[in-house]
Amino acid sequence: MSILGTRVVRTEDPLFLTRGATYTDDLVDERLTGALHATFVRSQVAHGRVLSVEIEEAARAPGVVAVITAADLTDLEPLRGYSFIPKTMVRPWLAGETVRFVGDPVAVVLTEQRYQGEDAADLVAVDIEPYPAVVRLADSAQESTLLFPDAGTNVAKTFKKPAPQDFFDDCEVVVRQAIVNQRVAPVPLETRAAAACWGADGRVTVWCSNQGAQQVRDQLTEWLALDDGVVHVITPDVGGGFGAKIGADPEFALIAWLARRQGRPVRWAESRSENLVGMVHGRGQDQTVTIGGRRDGTVQAYGIEIVQDSGAYPWLGTALPGLTILMAPGVYAIDKVHGSARSLVTNTTPTGAYRGAGRPEATAAIERAMDLFAVEIGMDPAEVRRRNLLPAFIEPHKTPTGATYDSGNYVAALDKVLAAAGYDDLRREQAQRRSRGDVYQLGIGISVYVEITGGEPDEGGEEHAQIEVHADGRATILTGASPHGQGHATGFAMLASARLGIPLDKITVQHGDTDRVPEGGGTMGSRSLQQGGAAVHQAAGELIDLARQRAARVLEANPDDLVVDLPLAGLSVRGTPGTGVSFAELAAEEALLVNSTFSAAAATYPFGAHIAVVEVDTESGKAEVRRMVSVDDAGTILNPLLAEGQRHGGIAQGVGQALLEEVLYDDAGNPLTSTLADYPFVSATELPSFELIAMETVTEMNPLGAKGIGEAGTIGSTPAVQNAVIDAVAHLGVRHIDMPTTPMRVWRAMNEARATPESMRTDS
Amino acid sequence: MIPAPFDYVRADSVEQALTALAEHGDEAKLLAGGHSLLPLMKLRLAVPTVLVDIGHLSDLSYVRVESDQVAIGATTRHHELETSSVSLTDAPLLAHVAGRVGDPQVRHRGTIGGTVAHGDPASDLPTALLALDAVIVAQGPTGRREIAATEFFLGFFETALAADELIIELRVPRTGSVGWGYEKFTRRENDWPIVAAAAVDGRVALANMGGTVLRAKAVEHALASGASLGAAAEYAAEGTSPSEDMHADADYRRHLARLLTRRALESASSGLSGPSRSGRPR
Amino acid sequence: MQVSITVNGAARSDDVEPRLLLAHYLREVCDLRATNIGCDTTSCGACTVIVDGLTVKSCTVLAVQTQGCRVTTAEGLSSQDGELHPVPAAFRAEHGLQCGFCTPGMVMAAIGLLADNPDPTDREVREGLEGNLCRCTGYHNIVRAVRTAAKAGPGASAVPGAGEVSA
Repeated sequence: MSILGTRVVRTEDPLFLTRGATYTDDLVDERLTGALHATFVRSQVAHGRVLSVEIEEAARAPGVVAVITAADLTDLEPLRGYSFIPKTMVRPWLAGETVRFVGDPVAVVLTEQRYQGEDAADLVAVDIEPYPAVVRLADSAQESTLLFPDAGTNVAKTFKKPAPQDFFDDCEVVVRQAIVNQRVAPVPLETRAAAACWGADGRVTVWCSNQGAQQVRDQLTEWLALDDGVVHVITPDVGGGFGAKIGADPEFALIAWLARRQGRPVRWAESRSENLVGMVHGRGQDQTVTIGGRRDGTVQAYGIEIVQDSGAYPWLGTALPGLTILMAPGVYAIDKVHGSARSLVTNTTPTGAYRGAGRPEATAAIERAMDLFAVEIGMDPAEVRRRNLLPAFIEPHKTPTGATYDSGNYVAALDKVLAAAGYDDLRREQAQRRSRGDVYQLGIGISVYVEITGGEPDEGGEEHAQIEVHADGRATILTGASPHGQGHATGFAMLASARLGIPLDKITVQHGDTDRVPEGGGTMGSRSLQQGGAAVHQAAGELIDLARQRAARVLEANPDDLVVDLPLAGLSVRGTPGTGVSFAELAAEEALLVNSTFSAAAATYPFGAHIAVVEVDTESGKAEVRRMVSVDDAGTILNPLLAEGQRHGGIAQGVGQALLEEVLYDDAGNPLTSTLADYPFVSATELPSFELIAMETVTEMNPLGAKGIGEAGTIGSTPAVQNAVIDAVAHLGVRHIDMPTTPMRVWRAMNEARATPESMRTDS
Repeated sequence: MIPAPFDYVRADSVEQALTALAEHGDEAKLLAGGHSLLPLMKLRLAVPTVLVDIGHLSDLSYVRVESDQVAIGATTRHHELETSSVSLTDAPLLAHVAGRVGDPQVRHRGTIGGTVAHGDPASDLPTALLALDAVIVAQGPTGRREIAATEFFLGFFETALAADELIIELRVPRTGSVGWGYEKFTRRENDWPIVAAAAVDGRVALANMGGTVLRAKAVEHALASGASLGAAAEYAAEGTSPSEDMHADADYRRHLARLLTRRALESASSGLSGPSRSGRPR
Repeated sequence: MQVSITVNGAARSDDVEPRLLLAHYLREVCDLRATNIGCDTTSCGACTVIVDGLTVKSCTVLAVQTQGCRVTTAEGLSSQDGELHPVPAAFRAEHGLQCGFCTPGMVMAAIGLLADNPDPTDREVREGLEGNLCRCTGYHNIVRAVRTAAKAGPGASAVPGAGEVSA
């Protein structure tokens, strides 16, 4: 009985549950003995000219070793981030002339002890002459204030132009809606942290909480203009990332630079308040969707125009609309699809990737549009979807926006979720409550989604694995993936164990140390199993081949007659199990080790369907989630326990965005949600237990048949919840409520709907 | 995220605490459970230079019946108040509300005296105490005095407690046989109330409808004049000055005040054991 | 100033600043780093430990406030041979942890919850854990873990060296 596909508890857990994992701020390492503590001084003003940064008083404070400002950073090249960042919109290492968001780092204080840092940072006096703060996207688009005068614009990136005027001319019914996919904060429980130490050998070791040590190494090498081989990056245990810990933060480079300048190791661990303004935010799109079709339910055309909030300095978020446009039509067979976008800068925290990164925005938009269309033509939203779903396919399907879906069965996903939810019963109950005029109304929200994982549309990614079997029977796997909760150590060990027969508890999986694992793509974009796992699987196969040659000599047998003998964890002559030679024995004289690179031909497209059932208190507007029912099809499931965990976490974040979470700024650009007391991070009491339905439609893109599952839950659940809340009050005339569907918003929507005669109801 | 430096004095008696307060004046703050004060100090919104720790004064931790009243020592933790058989029997509104403050860990530390002294207009226990017409017993250098709850909350985080006084006891009438209701409106279970309404014995108090916790006097008058619960509740927003924040504007707060007052009154009059946590009638 | 605190059964005496948070005392003075700090507003509960039998958020307690107290951290739960206490054992069995950062605090809060309510419903578990935030698990398996641990009976709320945790 293969271990693959079974619920295996994690090998990581015993340590996590006794001594605890070792996160970056937990590190006790002799290389960090005597480390200085770095505390950043960040702008309290959203936009302005830096008149002065007074550091004298801070410099005299107890334990202060140095106070660094932009003026000290003369030997640092301008920060080169992603290639799409305009050269006129480069982020300074420390703001010296202009601050552009509350949280923009202005100075760093180095102290002997941690507590002294905050005391000293308080004494740094930053005098800023405020400029008008550009906080709302509409204000940024107006361009009466430019964040980067040299750029001459607030537009950081443009993707395509809007659809032509006549795009929807042949549609019987056209519905247009402005939608906000609001800015949220990723909030991994572990904030950002880094430490750096220069060795006598001229190399620098940088520890950081991050989703990919290799990428950080490459970035720091470039940013600090160092020779290859100088930077050694280690990611210790990481307390969550969710996309926000992709790539190096500028702070990491500063920590390394400071360590060199001071000739002492330096450590940094941000507070949560700092994290809520300093770590990239997610989402942040203003969308206009237009959906057109016939009264019989056929959708003929769909358009989405996006304005992406880049925040103050273009970063990963700037580019995400490209993915939103790519995935715009979702699961539907729509003849005409158009997407356009512009990314604008604002005096707010820069935006980056956050679970789904561009794809939740696409799904939320089309799923809202499908519901709006359904209401307009008076058809059940499940039926409208069914009529427009792409039929099941196992051959690649190219979409109007240039994606090539590998395999999909969206109709089956919808059918399964409707059945599991008891959809007809729910509609019946809803109807009863409506006819009684109950205070607590039922809302049923549907979403059917597809998303892209593991690469670009035309090229898949690649990942590396090394497997070594040792003479003592243990095995070590090195992976370029970078787990931060996903359980790759268990999953990858399962893959190797299944092929080699070595028991799980004898397999160690290592990652995240660039000296041990020089090449790797990290863990993001739901790529790890389908590429990293495939690489492990492939490496195991190659190790068997290598072992076969040696075994043939040892056993004096024909290599073709040798088969893997799992109980032996070795090879035996076919038909004579137990009589062969173990991999461990074959490693006795010469290392038994292979390095393998798996290249996926293209990205994969997991899909699914979610139903959310909510109850809305129509007297207060407060919505509570009663049920979340989901089908998430990510192909072959290696370990259902781990896969379910990923789905659970994704669903929770989707409920969080739909119901609760939003990063808010006042008109001056001051953050209003910069503590966890203010930012309504979803807690256990707002969530039900989830109902997960299994479905596996394999992909040809890797030998495992696996697609990515890490982000699917969020992509599917967010629109289901939003649609459910609106559905709960749709009978009162409400057509749309933006996320988060706060009680006040729902209450207002109901009031507005009541006040608007039926004949005058518009779409916005 | 850590407080500015301060000196620490551990008081082993009320007298020692009063001496320390007298000595340090405005520079000193009392520390009981620390769950109102320490969060402010960690954000450096409060920077006292002396903390006088009264958290170990177990003599001030009790819940007991004294003739027709329930007397609660100032350092009684919310958890004790929530679970004490005396409060459950004789001050059930208070027991329930104590169990709604924050989360279990917070309730293990927070004290009723500390919460009351803090004077937060969005605080659960002061709201309940106001509805119960509680009396706050304070002790200062010149002796004890009693302050009615209705005279205690003066302004935004401002109370009638003098800088050289400490609360030693709170007293409420026994209300074991009287219906009560508490409606706390939040986005998440653990949040401070956006608005809350406490109703008991013809009295209604509101949280977060102004600079202090408030009595809904107009509602009480209406009830006393024989108005129905629903009609009386319509007056809930009178005399209030609700703030605006990300959760609610003034209009919505006024609406909530009316809605929650009506529901709290309905719970109180239904004679059942009060609302479930989610506010839905049992 | 000098504080004497018993941590995981071991009596110790240390010289600390009054403002030293119990969380930092445990992590940096006692070298017990399982207890994590996830916020600065007493919101996330990652720092939850047990003081004199009651769960508290150690980021909102000064070390000096625990003079003479018995403090238990997550490290103090497991036996010398590493055998897991029923609550963390249940967390493993039910996959109630992913990145692990919230976990020590969540486990301690769960122990406190079971001391208060040895046989909670799902809803009671969620309410009992309202002070602990998790971004990874969506709480689903944490609820399962607590329900599973409850089946272990009184052992689930026992804390080594402190007898039973107080209700």
